[in-house]
Amino acid sequence: MIGSFLGGLFVGSIHAGTPLLYATLAEAIEERAGIVNLGLEGVMLMGAVAGFATTVETGSAALGVLTAGLAGGLFNMLFGFLVITRRANQLASGLALMFCGVGLTALLGMPYIGSRIKGLNEIPIPFLSDFPVVGPIFFNYDILVYLVVPISILVWWVLFSTRWGLSLRAVGENPTAAFAAGKNPYILQYQALLIAGFLGGVAGAHLSIAIAKTWAEWMTAGRGFIAVALVIFSKWHPLRAIAGALLFGGAIALQLQMQARGVPVSPFLLDMLPYILSLAVLAVWGGARRHAAPASLGRVFQGTE
Amino acid sequence: MRKKGSYFGWKLMAMVAGFALAFAFTLPEASAQQAKLKVGILHIGSIADAGYNQAHAEGVQVMKKNLPDVELIEIENVPEAADAERVMETMIKQGAKLIIPASFGYLDPALRVAKKYPDVKFEHPGGYKLAPNLGTYWASTPEAFYLMGIAAGRTTKTNKMGYVVALPISFFLANINAFHLGARSVNHKVETRVVFTGTFLDPPKEATAANALLDQGVDVLGVIVDSPITVVQIAEKRAAYSVGYHYLGVQKFAPKGWISGIAFTWGELYTRFAKQVMDGTWKSENKLGSLASDYLTIAPFGPAVPAEAIKLVNDKKQDFISGRAHAFPGPIKDNKGVERVKAGEVWPMTLLGKMDWLVEGVIGQPK
Repeated sequence: MIGSFLGGLFVGSIHAGTPLLYATLAEAIEERAGIVNLGLEGVMLMGAVAGFATTVETGSAALGVLTAGLAGGLFNMLFGFLVITRRANQLASGLALMFCGVGLTALLGMPYIGSRIKGLNEIPIPFLSDFPVVGPIFFNYDILVYLVVPISILVWWVLFSTRWGLSLRAVGENPTAAFAAGKNPYILQYQALLIAGFLGGVAGAHLSIAIAKTWAEWMTAGRGFIAVALVIFSKWHPLRAIAGALLFGGAIALQLQMQARGVPVSPFLLDMLPYILSLAVLAVWGGARRHAAPASLGRVFQGTE
Repeated sequence: MRKKGSYFGWKLMAMVAGFALAFAFTLPEASAQQAKLKVGILHIGSIADAGYNQAHAEGVQVMKKNLPDVELIEIENVPEAADAERVMETMIKQGAKLIIPASFGYLDPALRVAKKYPDVKFEHPGGYKLAPNLGTYWASTPEAFYLMGIAAGRTTKTNKMGYVVALPISFFLANINAFHLGARSVNHKVETRVVFTGTFLDPPKEATAANALLDQGVDVLGVIVDSPITVVQIAEKRAAYSVGYHYLGVQKFAPKGWISGIAFTWGELYTRFAKQVMDGTWKSENKLGSLASDYLTIAPFGPAVPAEAIKLVNDKKQDFISGRAHAFPGPIKDNKGVERVKAGEVWPMTLLGKMDWLVEGVIGQPK
């Protein structure tokens, strides 16, 4: 009985945490380049609807994920145009992007509500998934779950071990200095936004194609904002983001598992569990290291003429 | 019954942008020739949700089929606030004489518009206030849930059933209680587990909740959220049975494990409303239907339900209709051991709104 509880909890945590992790990686890349994107929610929705619609039309979930990434990336270019080219305020532009995404996807997705898809199904790992008990718990997920940790490591490697990553972080710390060193902050920020938009779109697609296998208006239900918080929680570090997403996803799964097991606690309190847990972890483990946040985060680079 | 404040304020704001666009596309042009009656209907969500909204949308389609002279103005995704008032006024300016604001939260906006346009009639689902030109309608559901419980209680193999429910609202608790009492009346070993998601529309969270229940060995899943699609699909995928709500056509999402469902079939009622408005016999009243009404329907049974269970359901349905049976017959204890209904008494249907407890055998927290 306790085994089924822990197993269910683990699987639920992975399912709830994976889209959060994709979204957190997206936001981390953008913020490392000095841009706060509160419109991530809209980007995820764009990915969710584009991915679902493509899967309905073509029957291919893989194509759906790809389209979701491209749609997210493209939608994020709109944000880039506002905050990079037009030098608009990032917070206001991000919120505008979010509102626009919620409304636009509700409209675009209308013909697809109630459509049935096979979606992105679990791929049991041969041999390993046949082990009793542990097999189904660890080795029976869809491809996006298997890929999310390698992608986190890749993002970490690119940001911290490549020349491009160094330039990107330099832009986030001090775009003027980066410019003086011969980097073009505009191009680097656009690149960051394109990659982040792709990951944000994939996060949305995981919700619509893999987990819920349905499209509903505003189905991200605030997960984009949770990702923004998780970036701060993970101190802008892609590897710490894994722990953050797993913890938060775990709290969501835990509260629903506790209800299903009949733990005598009010469902209203249990629903607050992820947030209470986040506060507790921040209080215990959140010691403010200096230079955690990119120094120029949220500032508009005005150029150097 | 549709709840108030299901959409947070900022979600409303978020919907405005899309709504403005959708509005431009969905509002039909005023037609050249004069129809006998124009009916306007507002939906809170999408009419393809296989749930609450689709039930209303198919209702007006049946009405239109019955009465070809009726012209329809139908708008989806209307937020429950000032926007609803504006949409209703636009419909009236286009000539609508009967308005169906099809969400619980449209009640106050509709009452304000009704006061302004006394010659336009309004019919509101589940409302608790009337106006001279605004009537309300709904159907009492606990008896129907009781019948679902009988079917599920005879179909389950693990004797564990689960419900994914939005919020612990008294009317929903009453439905779950009736479901469990129905199941227990045919199967003493049965238990019902309930998980509240805290929201009416979050399909990924509903998926996690459904999986959590299935992890506990539940093999029947029921659902009270806006759209049942996610939960019944997960039940089907994990070889469990499912029970639908709101809309008749949920079965296609879970053909193998389908037990049955409770559906609102508003078509004939809407036809009567339209006829009454046309011939001037319409009057404002609070209409509360039951299993005897043509707008509360038990969906077709799935292949998994034993024939004798179907007979039990049909017999009990007749008993409910004739008044020989009641959904909440005493003695009833709640799941904390407190006696709620004494032997020989019943919990009156007029007090459903005060049912803030879950019956013995239901595993869950009512508040």
